[in-house]
Amino acid sequence: MSAKKVKKTASRKGAAGKSAGAGRRKKTATKPVDHAEFLARAWAMEVEATERYATFADAMDEHNNRDVAELFRKLSRIEQRHADQILEENFAMRPPLVPRGGMRWAGAEGPETADPGDLHYRMQPYHALRIAFGCEKHAWEFFTELARSATSARVRKAALEMAEEEAEHMRLIEDWLKRTPPPPPDWEHDPDPPVLSD
Amino acid sequence: MNIAAAAAPITAQAFKSDYKPIWCPGCGDYSVLSSFTKAFAMLDLRPENIAVVSGIGCSSRIPAYTTCYGFHGVHGRSLAAATGLKIARPDLTVLVASGDGDGYSIGGNHFLHACRRNVDLTYIVMDNHVYGMTKGQPSPTTEPDWDSKLSPGGTGLRTFHPLVIALAAGANFIARAFSGDPNGTADIIAQAIRTQGFSFVEILSPCVTFRPEQREWKTQVRPAPVATTDDPARAARRIMTDDGFNIGVLYKGERTPYQPIGKGSKRPADLEAGFAI
Repeated sequence: MSAKKVKKTASRKGAAGKSAGAGRRKKTATKPVDHAEFLARAWAMEVEATERYATFADAMDEHNNRDVAELFRKLSRIEQRHADQILEENFAMRPPLVPRGGMRWAGAEGPETADPGDLHYRMQPYHALRIAFGCEKHAWEFFTELARSATSARVRKAALEMAEEEAEHMRLIEDWLKRTPPPPPDWEHDPDPPVLSD
Repeated sequence: MNIAAAAAPITAQAFKSDYKPIWCPGCGDYSVLSSFTKAFAMLDLRPENIAVVSGIGCSSRIPAYTTCYGFHGVHGRSLAAATGLKIARPDLTVLVASGDGDGYSIGGNHFLHACRRNVDLTYIVMDNHVYGMTKGQPSPTTEPDWDSKLSPGGTGLRTFHPLVIALAAGANFIARAFSGDPNGTADIIAQAIRTQGFSFVEILSPCVTFRPEQREWKTQVRPAPVATTDDPARAARRIMTDDGFNIGVLYKGERTPYQPIGKGSKRPADLEAGFAI
């Protein structure tokens, strides 16, 4: 493909500079076949989100963006708590069997997993929270759709409960966003930018 | 028999070292690292039975981020080092990590002959169509019209076509993957490792710093609409005519991997004596 064709839509800011999750690929998950697989997927979703936020935190630490690193670490801990909660309530704290190469989803990744393409090394906590909001929204959409299409009453009930939890997480992050100052217009300005080839 | 096979199942986390990657936030290589470790876990390998060899560049930092044996070698010469290692230690699973500059330009000649020799290696090239570590020079896979301060108006040069080259030179397994699909990429890497002979996996791994437009790759990649073939002629037609965004195993041959004839008889001390001044 011609570089010119794709450059027109390029943004160096990534989705950090757009609305929450604006650049994300659409994510849906393979429909679980039974209640046990449903729970395993719900757990795997939270674990994937935990690991992804931890990776983001490490990346931000390495680039000396400490505020955002700390926020991603906090988000990672929150997702870990959700994963543990699913384990405690359904698996007596023994992780369910998940393929060692990771759960396969209908989309490229789990519905709640943040997209690395949304990061920017100078992003601010506000951007990180917008990313988190997008992830919770995708998870809510996933469980809502699952409840709608489930053929098992047990799976439908569990999916509705999960959807309600994700909706609550969205509300919490919205509140958090209200308490977080939005970034200044020049948030990405770097007096010593890495890019010399613009 | 691999004695580790009888031990407890291993997790991907066991293959991650304590060193934190210093790639740019958003770089595709983070996900490729995750795919490496997942593939190792899928195959129930053990860190002490794997060697990850690399050259120079952002992608070549990967050995340090794993708990496997690693060799961060000379620019473009990772395949040469890996070939020697595999011949000397055929019991090891040897992966080679490279980028499009290291692998196709500086190491281009090694690439051709590694395919031809068909030693049992898995060659992973993280392709972002740019030299990232040295601040954005065009690489062999950069589009001819990519305009930048370092290449005003674009290079005007035809792009290198690594998959076709690999096929023509004799690689036994050829695949393309995308870093934005880490679990799918892990699956392809696992297949590449399982396949005997020289396996080549090109992974589209965006450079968000110098090629921010590559964030759009996630909307452009798609599963290859054809099944894997063992027919080189058919594979050549497919690879030549695709747009570079078809993901999957595109060719899997049946060539017998290279095996050295006999074993070396000299001890390391004898070899060292030969170099004494």
